[in-house]
Amino acid sequence: MISIRNICKVFDGKAGSTHALRDVSIEVADGDVYGIIGISGAGKSTLVRCVNMLERPTSGSILVDGTDVCTLSGAALREYRHRTAMIFQGFGLLAQKTALENVCFPLRSGLGRMPEGAREKGIELLDRVGLADKADSYPAQLSGGQKQRVAIARALACDPTTILCDEATSALDPASTIQVLDLLDRINRETGVTMLVITHSMEVVERICKHVSVLVNGQVVEQGITEEVFANPQHSVTRALLGRGDWNA
Amino acid sequence: MPSDWGTFFAEYGTLLTKGCTDTLAMLFASTALAYLFGIVLGVVLYLTSPIGLTPRPVFNAVLGWIVNMARSIPFIILLVALMPTTRMLVHTTTGVVGVVPPLVASATPFVARMIEQSLAEVPRDTLESVVSFGASMPRIVLGALLPEALPSIVRGVSITLISVLGYTAIAGAVGAGGLGDIAIRYGYYRYEDEVMLVTVILLIVLVQIIQSACDIIAKRIDHR
Repeated sequence: MISIRNICKVFDGKAGSTHALRDVSIEVADGDVYGIIGISGAGKSTLVRCVNMLERPTSGSILVDGTDVCTLSGAALREYRHRTAMIFQGFGLLAQKTALENVCFPLRSGLGRMPEGAREKGIELLDRVGLADKADSYPAQLSGGQKQRVAIARALACDPTTILCDEATSALDPASTIQVLDLLDRINRETGVTMLVITHSMEVVERICKHVSVLVNGQVVEQGITEEVFANPQHSVTRALLGRGDWNA
Repeated sequence: MPSDWGTFFAEYGTLLTKGCTDTLAMLFASTALAYLFGIVLGVVLYLTSPIGLTPRPVFNAVLGWIVNMARSIPFIILLVALMPTTRMLVHTTTGVVGVVPPLVASATPFVARMIEQSLAEVPRDTLESVVSFGASMPRIVLGALLPEALPSIVRGVSITLISVLGYTAIAGAVGAGGLGDIAIRYGYYRYEDEVMLVTVILLIVLVQIIQSACDIIAKRIDHR
């Protein structure tokens, strides 16, 4: 259970402070696939980055299974991040390591030797995303869709309870997008992992998200079950995202 | 031009060979030590920068200021100023050994900036992904940051080696030995143009070898 409560995030810049998130509250049940949709600059990336503390909220709390993760630091924070995997728009793979080395990377968080069976687990995960034959390829030798599937295998390495997807399919062509979305959907059904999916594409939400929140200027303007929100959109931005309204309305 | 190269090499062969080995010894010993310290310093500069993984703006500014100061002192001045320290460390201020400490002192801040630059080229996404998986700081630095920056670091090594080679020639002026020393003593003070020419050619060849070797290694280890 992820309970985001009254999160605010203010960035202090040279041109004054920017309110990226204003009093955002979202509840994500275990095993849910929760979509957060909005146009560029709505604060969706900031929100998801707050969940694993890549960004610290200015105020509010994020309760994960009862623990306020905003209070974590040091080893406790690393342990929490270990269980909360993330998939990035730009893949975030290590360019100088092979697909297999990338997948195995999170298995060891400190120095020392890889745990027993790391290699076997890595190959098994690559097999699961359909890339067992690419174990020794470097990211530069893979297509965008293949890179993201390696990143998904890597995200699964530590048997996470939550996977955060930050625009995971935005850099992919339509065919790869569908392949990656179906893979995420299958993983959710097979493992029961909770997913928080950030996107600006309605197609993504429609295809895999059970619940959705619409974020506009750092505020949640609409949230609920995907079908219900889409069937009866209340806010002009939701209608515009669905192609049923005017962007200038 | 000497009429007979055979006679020339019979006369100066030993001297030039000794010059070459001295230069190479100074060059590689001081560069290796400079990288030992410079990598640590560069990583600290990178991590503590205001946009780094562990921002410490004040500490970073002070450290950066010290590095800049060390880099702005002309090598010949640094060499003389460090003589008491050099004597304490290696019990001499002349010869190959006597010039290594000032060479290291001069090259370390240079290397630190080169390392900082190479680390800055590692994409933010890559670094954040490693952080997001809960890696510890030593794991981030040794497992991801330095390996990802390695090709760029190797390209930097050629730049460092070639500038340290230039410094070894200056060090020759205070009795450090090496090719630079030979060029000054024989070529410049005694007007023996052939010796000057041969040492310069040797230095050119050395620079070319260093550059090509580093380029080849960097290309081979880069998987991008």
